[in-house]
Amino acid sequence: MEFQFDGLADFLAMNGHGPYVWAAYGITLLAMAGLIVQPLLARRQLRREFRREQRIHARRAGRRQPGRRAAEGALAE
Amino acid sequence: MAWQWFHRLGSPRWFYEKSSGWLPWLAGASLLLLAVGMAWGLGFAPQDAKQGNSYRIIYIHVPAAFLALAGYYLMAISGAIGLIWKMKLSFVVMRAAAPIGAALTFVALFTGAVWGKPTWGTYWVWDARITSMLILFLLYVGMIALSRAFSREQLADKACALLALVGTVNIPIIYKSVDWWFTLHQPATIKLTESSSIDPSMFYPLLTMIAGFYCFYAWALILQTRTLVLQREWRTQWASQLLGEGR
Repeated sequence: MEFQFDGLADFLAMNGHGPYVWAAYGITLLAMAGLIVQPLLARRQLRREFRREQRIHARRAGRRQPGRRAAEGALAE
Repeated sequence: MAWQWFHRLGSPRWFYEKSSGWLPWLAGASLLLLAVGMAWGLGFAPQDAKQGNSYRIIYIHVPAAFLALAGYYLMAISGAIGLIWKMKLSFVVMRAAAPIGAALTFVALFTGAVWGKPTWGTYWVWDARITSMLILFLLYVGMIALSRAFSREQLADKACALLALVGTVNIPIIYKSVDWWFTLHQPATIKLTESSSIDPSMFYPLLTMIAGFYCFYAWALILQTRTLVLQREWRTQWASQLLGEGR
C-alpha cells in the first residue's frame, strides 16, 4: 500500500475531481461535528436555565421567611 | 426477576448513569476509525479505473446512507417499543434518532449529488433511489417538526411513534429501488449473499469507514438521548442534583 499522489498539490487536485471530493468530505465532517456539539450546547443551556430558576426559588424562599436569614446569621456567629 | 433488566433498561436515570462510562470509548473508537478510514480512502486506496478520484466519495456516501437507513429502523422500533410497553426511555431514543438520521440522510444526498456531477454529468436526477432517499429525509424532518408541535410530551411521543411506523414502508423501497427501477443509480457494491463487486484494496477502507460511522452513530445517539433525558427529567430529584453538581 502506498500513497497514490505525488505530493500535496496533486493530492488536493485529485486529477480535477478535487473540488467535488473535498466539498463532500468537508460538508460531512461539518454535519458530524454539529451532531456532537449540538447536544452538548443544549445541555449547557439547560444547566444555565436550571441555575437561574434555582436562584429565583432561593430568593423567593428568603422573602417568604424573613426570620430565616437572621437565624442563619446568628448560627454563623 | 428475569424482567428486571428490561424495566431497568427503560429507566432514564439508569441509562443516564450507565451511559456516561460508554461515551469516551465510543468517542475514541469512532474518531480513530474515521481518521484511519478517511486517510486510507482518500490517499492510499487505488484510483477507480472508470471514475478516477471522484469515487473516493464512496467512503462517506455509502456509510452515511447505511446509517441513515439503519437509524430509521432503530427509530421506528424504539417508537413501537414505547407504544407497546410504555417505556419512557424508548420514546426518548426515538426522538434523539430523528436529527441524527436527518443529518446523515442529508449527507448521503449531498455527497451523492457532488459525486453525480463528475460521474453522471448532473447533480440531481429524479432516479428511484435518490427520490426515495429524499422521502426518507422528509420523513426525518417531519419527525422533528411533529415532535415540536405538541405542548404535551406524551402526545408528541405517540404521534411521532405512529409517523415513524408508517414511514417504514419507505425503507424496503429504498433498498430495492436500484433493482426494481434500473435508472441511473448503480446497484449495491456490497452484498451479503454473493461476493461483492469491489476490490479488497477498496473494500477494506470502506469497511473501516462503515465501522467508524456505526460507532459515531452510537456516540451521537447517546449524547442526544442524554440531553433529552435531562430536558425531560430536570424537575426530578436525581436530575436536579446532577445539574446542580454540574455533571
